[in-house]
Amino acid sequence: MGDLRDLYQETILDHSRRPRNFRTLADADRKVEGFNPLCGDRVTVFVSLEGDQVKDISFQGSGCAISTASASMMTEKLKGKTAEEALSLFEGFHALVTGKHEARGNGSELGKLEVFSGVSEFPIRVKCATLAWHALKAALTGAEQTVSTE
Amino acid sequence: MSGTSEALKTGPRAELVRFDVEAIRRDFPILHQEVHGRPLVYLDNAATTQKPKAVLEVLQRYYTQDNANIHRGVHELSQRATAAYEGAREKVQRFLNAASSREIIFVRGTTEAINLVAHSFGGANVREGDEILVSTMEHHSNIVPWQILCDAKKARLRVIPVSDRGELEMESFDRLLSPKTRLVSVAHLSNALGTLNPVKQIIRKAHARGIPVLLDGAQAAARVKLDVRDLDCDFYALSGHKLYGPTGIGVLYGKADHLEAMPPFMGGGDMISSVTFERTTYNKLPYKFEAGTPHIAGVIALGAAVDYVDSIGLEAIASHEEELLHRATEGVLSIPGLRVIGTAKEKAGILSFVMEGIHPHDLGTILDQQGIAIRAGHHCTQPLMERFGIPATARASFGMYNTPQEVDALTEGLGKVREVFG
Ligand SMILES: Cc1ncc(COP(=O)(O)O)c(C=O)c1O
Repeated sequence: MGDLRDLYQETILDHSRRPRNFRTLADADRKVEGFNPLCGDRVTVFVSLEGDQVKDISFQGSGCAISTASASMMTEKLKGKTAEEALSLFEGFHALVTGKHEARGNGSELGKLEVFSGVSEFPIRVKCATLAWHALKAALTGAEQTVSTE
Repeated sequence: MSGTSEALKTGPRAELVRFDVEAIRRDFPILHQEVHGRPLVYLDNAATTQKPKAVLEVLQRYYTQDNANIHRGVHELSQRATAAYEGAREKVQRFLNAASSREIIFVRGTTEAINLVAHSFGGANVREGDEILVSTMEHHSNIVPWQILCDAKKARLRVIPVSDRGELEMESFDRLLSPKTRLVSVAHLSNALGTLNPVKQIIRKAHARGIPVLLDGAQAAARVKLDVRDLDCDFYALSGHKLYGPTGIGVLYGKADHLEAMPPFMGGGDMISSVTFERTTYNKLPYKFEAGTPHIAGVIALGAAVDYVDSIGLEAIASHEEELLHRATEGVLSIPGLRVIGTAKEKAGILSFVMEGIHPHDLGTILDQQGIAIRAGHHCTQPLMERFGIPATARASFGMYNTPQEVDALTEGLGKVREVFG
């Protein structure tokens, strides 16, 4: 059960129970739904932009603890970031949960998001952790209206 | 009966040994391993079952001693392979109690069997405005082939609703049967709910209006003693890998009259009796529906699997799994916040549930860390999940080799979920 504690860190459980920015954005400029057809998880990410900057960001949907917490912490992290910064965080987060980068601890670009490093020991859960991020990426690059993890 | 199971080698007092699960477990090598440092508890049998030594050995023997193409060689190996292949067809015929081995078509699995009927029977018999009747609890493989057919033919897919307990609403079924209905296609046993459907009643009512019935037997074949003549179904589809046999092989049973009248599904070698560029005549049943070199080893191993299941006895397996299901249901219901999805009166071998505030995926991961394999997801039944207003369930499904101790491990494992989630 030791590994489970690495996966289900207290911060993750907290965000899954009380997701932040869990609402729709009436004046969103972009809205993209992420869907994981394997498990039926759905998350819609709403972004409102001011110039190149994420002015506000929120999400809605239903998913497991990992995907909900990941979406919640993503929205906290990205408020005020530029699109470019957001996409760079996407890359960093993806590398972290797929085990390509180790967690770096204090001062790293990802900051609190490093609690997701345990996901790399659970390869089938990577899609849960990245679902909202894939939707975000599509929102920022103006690609599709729905993205699928498949 | 071939007596291939160790469970039967119990000596002169065999009749006293009703169901020796420990002996059965010795026949399944894969069960004896640890996962994440715990003994494997395999409760994902609705997804696929494990294979007994008898099946593994037949595969090995076929490829090491008899491998050859069938139906066309004059040489010894080809004759042996052909005899084993056709012998397996007769085993499956007896297993289903079909009238003739001509009615046994080997396909890749349930999915292909249903697609074959949709394409060949549907292609020839369904016209604009006609209706195909399925139910809300169907697996996607008993929905999508009919949607494709209905799109092509401008026909309509109608759906028998499911009650809160997970039973078919039979009054709606009565109303949905109409002169436009060309076929009824329903699950014998639901993979997501464990509901055993009243298929005899469905068949009787459909036949009273001259409508044929296909049963999706993917889950029932390993859990219900089958007799297609007693059921009087027109088609029966099953997958070998859910019946203790290999993947990549399955069966379509069809009444000879239907199969004779249906055009072929695929064209190619083996399904013809003569070919010229002007005119091709098709082979007789069952070969008309078996184009190309089939999964010969798979068919022979499926024959070994049904022998094995017969040697244990489906009635005995069914009553063993009934005890497990009962014990599991009581066990999980003792867990606060847990709700069983599918509480039909008639159930078999499959238990779906959700836990308040905890997603089935998280349950699956936590149980896996304790060596317990269950399934979490929508089980390829998205319309059913929508009907119950849930994205997914956790599902434990039993096989002949599961024990009461394993069921208790599931209950205890679920108890630990609160330790992780607080
Ligand atoms: C009820 C039911 N029908 C059809 C199928 C499809 O079987 P296969 O994937 O072996 O073709 C399954 C498998 O999960 C099933 O449970």
